[in-house]
Amino acid sequence: MSSASTEHNYINHEKGLWSWLTTLDHKRIGILYMITVMTFFAVGGIFALLVRAELFSVGPGILGTASNFNQAMTLHGALMIFMVVIPGIPAFMGNFILPLHIGAKDVAFPRLNLLSWYCLVVGACVSLVSLIYNGVDTGWTFYTPYSIHTDNGTTWVVLGAFIMGFSSILTGVNFIATTHKLRCKGMSFFRMPLFVWGLYSTAVLQVLATPVLAITLLLLIMERIVGVGIFDPKLGGDPILFQHFFWFYSHPAVYIMILPAMGIISEVITTFSRKTIFGYKAIAFSSIGIAVVSFFVWGHHLFVSGQSEVAAVIFSFLTMLVGVPTAIKTFNWVATLYKGSIQFQSPMLFALGFLFLFTIGGVTGIMLATIAVDVHFHDTYFVVAHFHYVMVGGVLMALMAGIFYWFPKMFGKMYNETGAAISFVLIFCGFNVTFFPQFILGAMGMPRRYFDYLEVYEPLNRVSTIGSGIIAAGFVVALIVIIKGLRSGEKAPANPWGGKTLEWETASPPIHENFVTEPEVTAGPYEYR
Amino acid sequence: MSTDSKVVNTHKHAHHFKDGQHEFQSSMLGVWLFLATEILMFGGLIVAYIIYNSMYPEVFAEGAKFLDWRLGATNTIVLLLSSWTMVMGVRSAQTNNNKLCVKYLLATIVFGAIFMGIKYYEYTHKFHLGLYPGELFSFTGGEASNLALYFSFYFCLTGMHGLHVIIGILLIIWVLLRAKKNEFNSEYYTPVEGVGLFWHLVDVIWIYLFPMLYLI
Repeated sequence: MSSASTEHNYINHEKGLWSWLTTLDHKRIGILYMITVMTFFAVGGIFALLVRAELFSVGPGILGTASNFNQAMTLHGALMIFMVVIPGIPAFMGNFILPLHIGAKDVAFPRLNLLSWYCLVVGACVSLVSLIYNGVDTGWTFYTPYSIHTDNGTTWVVLGAFIMGFSSILTGVNFIATTHKLRCKGMSFFRMPLFVWGLYSTAVLQVLATPVLAITLLLLIMERIVGVGIFDPKLGGDPILFQHFFWFYSHPAVYIMILPAMGIISEVITTFSRKTIFGYKAIAFSSIGIAVVSFFVWGHHLFVSGQSEVAAVIFSFLTMLVGVPTAIKTFNWVATLYKGSIQFQSPMLFALGFLFLFTIGGVTGIMLATIAVDVHFHDTYFVVAHFHYVMVGGVLMALMAGIFYWFPKMFGKMYNETGAAISFVLIFCGFNVTFFPQFILGAMGMPRRYFDYLEVYEPLNRVSTIGSGIIAAGFVVALIVIIKGLRSGEKAPANPWGGKTLEWETASPPIHENFVTEPEVTAGPYEYR
Repeated sequence: MSTDSKVVNTHKHAHHFKDGQHEFQSSMLGVWLFLATEILMFGGLIVAYIIYNSMYPEVFAEGAKFLDWRLGATNTIVLLLSSWTMVMGVRSAQTNNNKLCVKYLLATIVFGAIFMGIKYYEYTHKFHLGLYPGELFSFTGGEASNLALYFSFYFCLTGMHGLHVIIGILLIIWVLLRAKKNEFNSEYYTPVEGVGLFWHLVDVIWIYLFPMLYLI
């Protein structure tokens, strides 16, 4: 089954919108997620541009009032976190690729899989109800006690995030069961592609961390509706407990976002270096290592919130410990490049961009884990820059690498390579122009989440805002490349990049049940040389 | 107790599984993972309870006096009995006896309803006294300075648990309707087993809540 001669595939297997909305095919659900995530990304991106435009100069700008700014900033954060980067790679890429990677016909629970997509959509709609009210201005973290007493819209966004949590949990349950039970003949754990290892560690985090967020958000809703007072100091509650609970989920959540991203990078780097990945087991185990340690680092968000000094020291140490498995991965990727036959096609460009940006994000993370430094940097733009280097420079770069890497497989068409490369250059340069100045602004002491700032910060803020325009242009170019590829791209062969993993052995796009006959694996996933 | 002799296996395993056994094992893994999420969710509440209990032991000591341990104990026994009938329901499904399965499931539902009835009585009694959670608390006789906090925990914990009992009852009704149609047999009893596991988890959580709220 080498060449793509078959006309029958998962896209034309059934016809009509209804067949998509009721589909149980993991590939179609993956595409549903793709459309959803891209839509939310566009909306969240517009809010980001508004925030940056407002900060272009001192004094009220395009958004007019501080209250509007707070709402735009909150919606940008909440949308991007709960509706873009969390479902982005696991639910969208993972759904499409996981069963193909392990030689299965589908995920273990196809109906739950569809339900999880509906949870995301319903949760998003519920969140948007908040716009009818006076919006939400808490920031995406919903810190108490402010979030208890602010406008009504908050209840809806919190409820929406609660519902979207089910989406995440169900995907996690599904992926763990799929990985354990549906591997094809000969696919032992150490023959699984590294993307599967990334998804598996992510799924463990989704299953174990999300329920804690669920109960926290539920308590916050009860707090707002009937005033139970568990987080409200006025009623004898403790707002710091909310922060502990919130970060017990939300710190592992950033690894929910980054672990599958690292998986994509492992795939792309080995394919475009034409070389067996360096240190397969080290990368696989470091995924699990990151997942385990990530549960014990949440306290680094509370260095100045009033937790005990002993706890702060322990959390600081554990946070630095995460740097070890992360560095192991990075060194292994670089070692894979060494003496490889590197091809600079667009997925590889994004992967190399990831290496550069994520390293900066990771190293500044270690700086922030140092208590004395964090006391100065806490709640400044330094943190904003660090976070965006990890999330945009890391997760989104990997997502773009993945989209361009698997685009031919997903749709059976090629895209315009030059266009994709231009989008990379714009996104990569624009990103650094936007966020590098924010490191300096943060070190100068500019606090985050403020509507206005002192005059000394103006020049760097202007640079940053100009950069945000360049990023936007980059993503618009990427969108045009994708749409043009979909409409008039050349027919893609089954294996355009010379990949060695199983998904390249079936047709592009794959048939309804993925493989004509159940594949049998006799060697590791990256047998190049 | 007549065993249904003409067992027809109507269930066909889904296309991506090798056989019924493979599907059963995968489904059970899924159920256990889901139970883990439930434990972590209640775990969050229980951690909060432990923290506040250690900060304000006198509030929790006084709050517990307003609960009747006899009602709590009765409910514990009711739920333990319901667990037994649930196990027997699963057992009858495994031995191709759908009729008996229906009876045991019905008994489980009745026990679940008794539990909720007693809870309803307890709740209305509390509301009558003004023992509401948090802000709404209007009882004036207590000695501890912040008795409302105890009732916040009482209502959150038992409310969450009660919600799970109701969901459990609905799930058992669903399984019961399928057992009525003779859908289960020794080859296929996945839904009964899965719902059973969920029901046992709900029981186990109550086993923890009862001493935490009524006895300590």
